[in-house]
Amino acid sequence: MRAFTYQRADSVTHAAAAAIKPGSKIIAGGTNLLDLMKLQVETPSDLVDINRLPLDKIEETAEGGLRIGALVRNSDLAADPRVRQRYGVLSRALLAGASAQLRNKATTGGNLLQRTRCYYFYDVTKPCNKRSPGSGCAAIAGFNRIHAILGTSEHCIATHPSDMAVAMRALDANVETVDGEGKTKVTSIAEFHYLPGNTPEIETSLKPGEIITAVTLPPPPPGVQVYRKVRDRASYAFALVSVAAIFDSTRGRIRSARLAFGGLAHKPWRVAKADQILSDASADTATFNAAANAVLEGARGFGGNDFKIPLTRRTLHSVLAEITRT
Amino acid sequence: MEMNSPIGPNALDKPGVVGKPLDRVDGRLKVTGGARYAYEMQQEGVLYGFVVEASIAKGTIRSIDTRAAEKAPGVVLVLTHRNAPAQGTGNHREAHPVLTGSQVMAYGQPVAFVVAETFEQARAAAYLVDLKYHRSDGKYALRSNLKEVRVPKPNDAPAADSAVGDFAGAFESAPVRIDVTYTTPLQSHAMMEPHATIAMWDGDKLILHTANQMLNQGQRAIATTLKIPAENIRLISPFIGGGFGGKLWVNADAILAAIASRELKQPVKVALTRQQIFHVTTHRSDTIQRLRLGSDRDGRILAIGHDVFSGNLPSEQTYEGAALQTRTLYAGPNRLTRHRLAPLDIPVASSMRAPGESVGLMALECAMDELAEKLDLNPVELRVRNEPSEDPEKHIPYSSRHLIACMHEGARRFGWDKRNAKPGQVRDGHWLVGMGMAAATRGNPLLLSKANVRLDPDGTATVKMAMTDIGTGTYTILAQIAAEMLGLPTERIRVELGDTDFPQAAGSGGSWGAGSSGSALFEACNALREKLARTAGMDPATARFDDGSIASGELSRKLTDLVGAGMEADGEIRPGRNNKEFSQQSYGAHFAEVGVDADTGEVRVRRMLGVFTAGRVLNAKTARSQAIGGMVFGIGAALHEAMTLDPRFGYFVNHDLAEYHVPVHADIPAIDAIFLAELDDRSNPLKSKGIGELGICGAGASIANAIYNACGARIRDYPITLDKLLSSLPVRA
Ligand SMILES: Cc1cc2nc3c(=O)[nH]c(=O)nc-3n(C[C@H](O)[C@H](O)[C@H](O)COP(=O)(O)OP(=O)(O)OC[C@H]3O[C@@H](n4cnc5c(N)ncnc54)[C@H](O)[C@@H]3O)c2cc1C
Ligand code: SF4
Repeated sequence: MRAFTYQRADSVTHAAAAAIKPGSKIIAGGTNLLDLMKLQVETPSDLVDINRLPLDKIEETAEGGLRIGALVRNSDLAADPRVRQRYGVLSRALLAGASAQLRNKATTGGNLLQRTRCYYFYDVTKPCNKRSPGSGCAAIAGFNRIHAILGTSEHCIATHPSDMAVAMRALDANVETVDGEGKTKVTSIAEFHYLPGNTPEIETSLKPGEIITAVTLPPPPPGVQVYRKVRDRASYAFALVSVAAIFDSTRGRIRSARLAFGGLAHKPWRVAKADQILSDASADTATFNAAANAVLEGARGFGGNDFKIPLTRRTLHSVLAEITRT
Repeated sequence: MEMNSPIGPNALDKPGVVGKPLDRVDGRLKVTGGARYAYEMQQEGVLYGFVVEASIAKGTIRSIDTRAAEKAPGVVLVLTHRNAPAQGTGNHREAHPVLTGSQVMAYGQPVAFVVAETFEQARAAAYLVDLKYHRSDGKYALRSNLKEVRVPKPNDAPAADSAVGDFAGAFESAPVRIDVTYTTPLQSHAMMEPHATIAMWDGDKLILHTANQMLNQGQRAIATTLKIPAENIRLISPFIGGGFGGKLWVNADAILAAIASRELKQPVKVALTRQQIFHVTTHRSDTIQRLRLGSDRDGRILAIGHDVFSGNLPSEQTYEGAALQTRTLYAGPNRLTRHRLAPLDIPVASSMRAPGESVGLMALECAMDELAEKLDLNPVELRVRNEPSEDPEKHIPYSSRHLIACMHEGARRFGWDKRNAKPGQVRDGHWLVGMGMAAATRGNPLLLSKANVRLDPDGTATVKMAMTDIGTGTYTILAQIAAEMLGLPTERIRVELGDTDFPQAAGSGGSWGAGSSGSALFEACNALREKLARTAGMDPATARFDDGSIASGELSRKLTDLVGAGMEADGEIRPGRNNKEFSQQSYGAHFAEVGVDADTGEVRVRRMLGVFTAGRVLNAKTARSQAIGGMVFGIGAALHEAMTLDPRFGYFVNHDLAEYHVPVHADIPAIDAIFLAELDDRSNPLKSKGIGELGICGAGASIANAIYNACGARIRDYPITLDKLLSSLPVRA
C-alpha cells in the first residue's frame, strides 16, 4: 500500500470535485479497493471517503420502481422487503455473493465497480493489460478457468465478477451519476459496463470524478424470478456461470422472458435474440436449445474455461425447465 | 520409560476423568481473545519486517537496488544477500538459511527483508526494492519431469521401495486386474494463523515468539542456521492457530526476524501475508500414483502394486509417502511399492495433513472400489476378504487392529445396505445421489518426550513441557491425565506448554502429540505418586489417589500435607521394541453420501460418517472434533483444494484464499464420527493411538467413490470439480 491522503466528503458534489484529481479514488465499503491497494494493484494518491453521504436509502419511484442509493449495503438491499417481494432475483443474487461479513460492508456502487478476480491482475509481477496497459495478457495462454468465453478480446479475457449486476441487467436497471460540476446523468446498465476491446483498463462509462449516486429499477416485470449460481463450492466462491432469469409463462407457454448471465464476460451478458426466441414460445427443448445457441453465439474457450460452454448450456436448460414447469 | 513390553493394568483403566468429553480448558481464553498468538505479544520498541519475494522461479539476481527503500519513511534496515550474515545449512528440516546469495532456487524465495517502524512503512518500502534478474530455465511441472526421477533417500523416513514375492508375475497371471493411475494436486496447508515471529536478543541469547509445531526441533534448526548454541535459543509458542504440517519446520519469518533483530538490537516482528505463505513456506507435492491390484475371482488379492511420483527441490529427499499404507493395509502375497522423486524448481514440498496416507488412500481406496465393482462384490466385503493376520510386509503382528469392526459398525449405522451398487440409479430432484465408503488408516508414531509435574501446598499441580497445542486440545487432555493420576479436579491442574525452557517434548505433528506428551506426563505423575506414597509411608503400588488425598487401607492423608513447600517429579517416554516388533496403526471406515447436480455437475456432500478405533480415547469431545476436522479436510481434498502451477512462471497462480478453495460451512453437511472401544497395550502407557490425522485418511476416497456411485463418473484426477463430471452427466438438449 502506498501512502495516500484521506478525506471524508461532506456532499456529493464535493466528493465528485475531489475525485476528479488524477490519482484520487472513491472509497465506499472498501472490500475490493483496500485489498487491491495492499497488493499495489491500485495505488491511489488520494482517497475520498463517501460513506457519510446520504446515499443509503431505498425509495419508491413515481413509476413504481425503486431507487437504490449507491451506499446501500448489499445485506440491507438483499433484506429489504420491497426488494424481496418485487425483485427476488436481485435479493437472491446478492445473497449468493461473497460472505455475510463482506455483504455487510459492500455497497451498491462499489459492487458495480468491483474489479475482476483474474489471478494475474492481482499480481503486479505478472503481465496484465488491464492493470498495466500494453504489458500483455498472462491469462490467455495461462490458467484461465474463471475467465470469459464471450465478448473477449485479444487483449483481455477477464470477467466481471458481480452477481448483483447480473440481476440488475435482467431488471434493466439504470445507473445514476453525478460529476464534479454537479451534472447528473442516467446510463442504462447495458451501457454502463464495457467490453475489454483494445482498452481493458477502461471498464465502465464513468468519467474521472463521476460518482454513482443511485441505481434505479423500473417496475418489476411480470413473471417468476430466479437466480442460479454455479460455483466450485457451496458458498464464498465467484460464479463460474450464473443466470438471472425472469419468466412469464403458464402451462408450457412462455409469454415473455429475460435472461442475463454472469461469469461469462467482461460485463453482465444479455442477448436480445435469446429473449426474443423465448418470448411467445412453447417451453420445450427445441426452444431452449435455440435460446442457448443464441446466448452462446461466438463463444470461445481458452483451454481452462472451455467447460463453461457446455456448462452454460446445461445450466440454462436446468433453469428453463425449472422455471417453466408450472 | 522405554516402550519395550506390553503395558499392564494401570491407573487409567478405572473409569475417571480421562476419556470424558471435557470442554477445552483453554476454550474461554480462545473465545475471549485471552490466548495470545506469536504476533500478538506486545514488545516495547518493536520494529516490523516485511518479506520481499523473488518474482522468478529460477535464475540469479542481476542487480538489487535498495536505495529508494532505505530512504522511505520509517525504514531502518533492508537486508539482502549482500549484507546478510553467513548461515549454516541442511535440508529444510535441519536448517533454514535465508538471503544466502544471488541464486534464486524457487519462486517466492525471500530476496530482501525490509524493517521499519510500522508495518505499513515496511510493506510500502518493500515494493521499492528494485530487483533485476537473469532468468534461467527451470523444471516446474511434475508431469513434465518424470524422466529424471530418482530414488529418494531420506534419513528420517521409510525406504522408498518395498517388495515381497513376485509382484510382476502374480499381477500378470491374476484372473482379475485393476491398473489405474490417480493424480492428486499441489496443496497448501491454509491454516488460519499466518506464520509469524517476534525475535529479540538479550546479549547472546535469542528469544523467539513464533508459531511453530515442534519447538525443540525448531530450536536445533535455528541453532544450526544461526550457528549459535541451542541453549542460547528460547522458543515461546503457547498458542498456535493451526499448523497442519506447515509449521513443523522453521520458516523464513523466524530466521529473518532473528537476523534483523540482532543487527538492530531491537525486537523485530514479522508475519507472512496470506499470499506469501503459498510460496515462502512449504506445501504438499502433487502426486501421480499407479495402482495395480490383481485378485482371484473371490476378491483375494494376489498382487498389489503402488507406484508414486512426487516432486521436490533438487536438494531435498522428502517424498510424499503415498504408498506407505499400501505396505500394511491389505493382505496379499506379492507386493511392490515404489516412490520416485522428481527434482523440481518450485518451493520445498513437505509434510501436510497426514502426509502419505491422506493422498495415498485417495488412490488405493478408489482402486479397491474399482476392484469391488469388477468382482461384483460389496466394497466392505472385499476389504474383509483381504484382512491380514499380520503385517504383510514386515511379518510382525499388529499392536491392535479393528478395521472390520469399524466397517461393519459404520455400514450398519449409515444404512450401507440401501446403496444401489449400480451407479446413477438414485435421484432426488435434480440430484443424482450415491454412497461410497473407504477404509482409514494412519501410522501411530511415538517420539521422545519429557514432562515435569509439581504439586504445590495450595493443592495445585503444574505441568510443564515444551509441547505445543495447535488447536487440537492438548492442554485439555494433559490436564485430564494429570487430574486422574493425582486424584485432583481438572481445575486444580495448570498446564504450561509452548516454551523450550520446559522439558523437551515431541511437539505436534504426525499424530504423535497426545500419545507422546501424554505418556511423558503419565510417567511424571507416576513418579510423583511414588514420592507422595513414600512420604505418606504407604505402598506406592496400592495407594489410591482421590479427592486430593492419598489412601491405603484405612489410612488417608491430604496431599497438601505431604508436599512441603512443593514436590515435583519428571517423566519420560521413549520408543522401544514395541515400535519395531509391532505394526502400529489406527483404523477406521468412512461412509459418504453425495449429491451430484445432474445438470451442472456440482457435488454436494449430503452426509458422512466415520467410525474409528484409535486405542484409548483421551477426551471424547476433542477426539471427535479432530476426526470431524479431518473429514472436512477429506471433503476439501476430494472436491476443492488445488494449487495451480503456471509452468511459464514456475509459480502457484491461485495464491490466496479467495481462489485456493477450502470447504466453507455451506459445504459441510451432517458429519458424525464415532470411536469404538479399544485399548492398545503396545502403543504407550495411555494405551492410546494417534487421532489427529486419522479422520483425513480415506475420507476423500469415500467421497470419490460416492460420486462414482451417484453418476457413474470415475474421476481419477483430484479435485473432482464439476468440469470433470460434465461429460458423464445425463444428456441435456
Ligand atoms: C473474498 C471475496 C469474495 C467475494 N465474492 C463475491 C461474489 O461471490 N459475488 C460478488 O458479486 N462479489 C463478491 N465479492 C466482491 C464484493 O461484492 C465487492 O468487493 C463489493 O461489492 C465492493 O463494494 P465496496 O463498497 O466494498 O467497494 P469499494 O472497495 O469501496 O470500491 C470498489 C470500487 O468502486 C469505486 N466506488 C465505490 N463506490 C463508488 C461510487 N459511489 N461512485 C464511484 N465509484 C465508486 C471505488 O473507487 C473502487 O474502485 C467478493 C469479495 C471478496 C473479498
Ligand atoms: S485477462 Fe485481463 S485482467 Fe487477466 S491478465 Fe489478461 S488482461 Fe489482465
